[in-house]
Amino acid sequence: MTETTSKTIERHKKLERNVALLGVFAFLAVTVGGIVEIAPLFWIDNTIEKVKGVRPYSPLEQAGRDIYVREGCYVCHSQMIRPFRDEVERYGHYSLAAESMYDHPFQWGSKRTGPDLARVGNRYSDEWHVQHLKDPRAVVPESVMPMYAFLADKELNAGDMKASLTALYRVGVPYTKEDIDKANDDLKAQADPNADAADLQKRYPKAQVRDFDGNPARLTEMDALIAYLQVLGTMVDVNSAAAQEDLATEKGR
Amino acid sequence: MDKMIARAAWWLAALLIAVLAVAGAADTGFAIHMGIVALAAVIGLWVSLTRTDYKAVASGAITAPDQSRYDDDPIRWGVIAVVFWGLAGFLAGLYIALELAFPALNLGLEWTTFGRLRPLHTSAVIFAFGGNALIASSFYIVQRTCRARLAFPGVARFVFWGYQLFIVLAATGYLLGISQGKEYAEPEWYVDLWLTVVWVAYLLVFVGTLVKRKEPHIYVANWFFLSFILTVAMLHLVNNINLPVSLLGAKSYPLWAGVQGALVQWWYGHNAVGFFLTAGFLAMMYYFVPKQAGRPIYSYRLSIIHFWALIFLYIWAGPHHLHYTALPDWAQTLGMVFSVMLWMPSWGGMINGLMTLNGAWDKIRTDPIIRMMVMSLAFYGMSTFEGPMMSIKSVNSLSHYTDWTIGHVHSGALGWNGMITFSAVYFLTPRLWNTGRMYSARMINWHFWLATAGIVFYTASMWVAGITQGLMWREYGADGYLVNSFAETVAALHPMYLLRAFGGLLYLSGGFVMAYNVWQTIAGRQRVEEPMDVAPYDAETDRPLVAVPAE
Repeated sequence: MTETTSKTIERHKKLERNVALLGVFAFLAVTVGGIVEIAPLFWIDNTIEKVKGVRPYSPLEQAGRDIYVREGCYVCHSQMIRPFRDEVERYGHYSLAAESMYDHPFQWGSKRTGPDLARVGNRYSDEWHVQHLKDPRAVVPESVMPMYAFLADKELNAGDMKASLTALYRVGVPYTKEDIDKANDDLKAQADPNADAADLQKRYPKAQVRDFDGNPARLTEMDALIAYLQVLGTMVDVNSAAAQEDLATEKGR
Repeated sequence: MDKMIARAAWWLAALLIAVLAVAGAADTGFAIHMGIVALAAVIGLWVSLTRTDYKAVASGAITAPDQSRYDDDPIRWGVIAVVFWGLAGFLAGLYIALELAFPALNLGLEWTTFGRLRPLHTSAVIFAFGGNALIASSFYIVQRTCRARLAFPGVARFVFWGYQLFIVLAATGYLLGISQGKEYAEPEWYVDLWLTVVWVAYLLVFVGTLVKRKEPHIYVANWFFLSFILTVAMLHLVNNINLPVSLLGAKSYPLWAGVQGALVQWWYGHNAVGFFLTAGFLAMMYYFVPKQAGRPIYSYRLSIIHFWALIFLYIWAGPHHLHYTALPDWAQTLGMVFSVMLWMPSWGGMINGLMTLNGAWDKIRTDPIIRMMVMSLAFYGMSTFEGPMMSIKSVNSLSHYTDWTIGHVHSGALGWNGMITFSAVYFLTPRLWNTGRMYSARMINWHFWLATAGIVFYTASMWVAGITQGLMWREYGADGYLVNSFAETVAALHPMYLLRAFGGLLYLSGGFVMAYNVWQTIAGRQRVEEPMDVAPYDAETDRPLVAVPAE
């Protein structure tokens, strides 16, 4: 043992004899990494590059998202396309940070037992989704996905969407007062082909308004989930990225 | 008497609040959960009323607990809980493995889909099996290494039962579809709050016992326990900042979203591995391995260096779960660099454990508990090499999103956490129930081989599955098009999923052998069997060879 190391060890004995010191040092040691890595993500501008088209989810889409979270879809499906040739060809343009900026919680996933869903919106018809969710092997024989037929039988009981949107507003999703006030009506209107949805579509651009589950008489959980799946990846025009001169003015470049 | 009345009043108040919450619940899931809380309060009330020794109370002759004995009741319950939750978690794992091989097993019911059972499996093994092992062994170790009786005995009992309530609420919640959708942090806001209360109580008991220690030095195992308890508290609090939609409903939305949400989640997720499944279990290793081997820890200096290096470096490794995602590249690279560096302190722990057997290596042949410990450390070494390798971005581009990751975590969980916990159970049971030895040492040996074979099937099949998947996804034909549809890559994995389920079956069978062995030991029985440590001796053959004349 060299002299310096033996001195260090002598000093370490102080820590070993004092619970408070040991606790404080151990706690300090584990805070550094998190502060250095996570905190800058909140103030460096280019963490989330601005792109046109990202908007908060409509009440029906959000209700569908709540079902997606409830059923644990994220344990088998990612929503994060990596910038590789094969992934971009298979799933579409790689995912941008802005596309999940209103996702509370994020659902990027960590495993692809099934394919990525980040851009599944508008890729399949509603009928395909209904069939596939009810009995996945009816349309994809190799699939190992569970059957979700019960979604079509369950009335959409989303609770008070005003409360949900208020909670989301409080954690940072920019819903307007009008959005929150009309949340419960919006929820119904989006799945009702006869409703006047002009106002809804003005506040939620590109929102798809129709009956999703093939049964216009009922508003089911299937309606909500398919409305969510059909909006995934459709908000952003990926070819209209910001010009470099705009990016150059950002903090942290 | 006053104390007893006060306690009953607390239980009644808890019962009342729970019943009111059931009545006003915004959704069925929350109502069922509050019903479970009410049931727990009724049981608590009933136990505190019937268990009180009224005669002793009346005569004022309550005897204080014997201060010259360690407080081992919560540890005994903990050992039983470890065995019980272990079996539950392994069974859930086997079932969901079979669901992936035979999707009809999802039964078309909402409560039994893979999406809901998978968090049940992960939470049962990590938090129920692993968590109980950590709480029980930390209470055992902190008393012995401090030569002091557990501080705050009432709080220690609250920690045990409060933690079981957390497990029950979390597990039933998954089946009911109550989830906040963050891996390994699925329980909703009110269950998170409850766990926070339990965890602070746990810290109080642990630090309280350290403070009243009779030994001048805090033993190395306790450094690891302390940093595990503190860090898990920090991770849990920051990752679970949620805003409930209604105070009487299960649903909440996390404060963090998108990129920041992803990094906070994996800062939490990776350090659930780093502190729950590594630092805490290293603490177990630092006590049980030297005790069982009858040798001192190999290097004091190494334990200091690798302790500080491990806890400092682990926290940085989270971003390697987000390689090539929309997380900024600088954070990914930083995470990768620290993950690779982490290899060294991890192996520091393995080396310190294995080298402790210096001079006692023969015990691998004769002592099945030592054999388990060595296998456990070997798997710790292998998975802490595999982890840094998979965190290298180019390796990760192939391995991420595949079953390779699943294989990696199971080599750590089944090999390292499972094996060290089993050996701790075999160490603790005869001591806690004062039976001298386990019912059967040979059954420990069977358990060892069943578990080892199970892990080999599991990890080998998942390596093959993961690499197959990764290569098939990126395979291009001569025509310049992708060769495989996604569905074809799913079909290709079927045989591997069968082999994995077989490995899980072996591991579960080992668990049942352990449960039987522990049960018989607690019942006070000892199996009549050949000892493991005797070389075969046959008196008949132990004689000189005499020439026999030919006929």
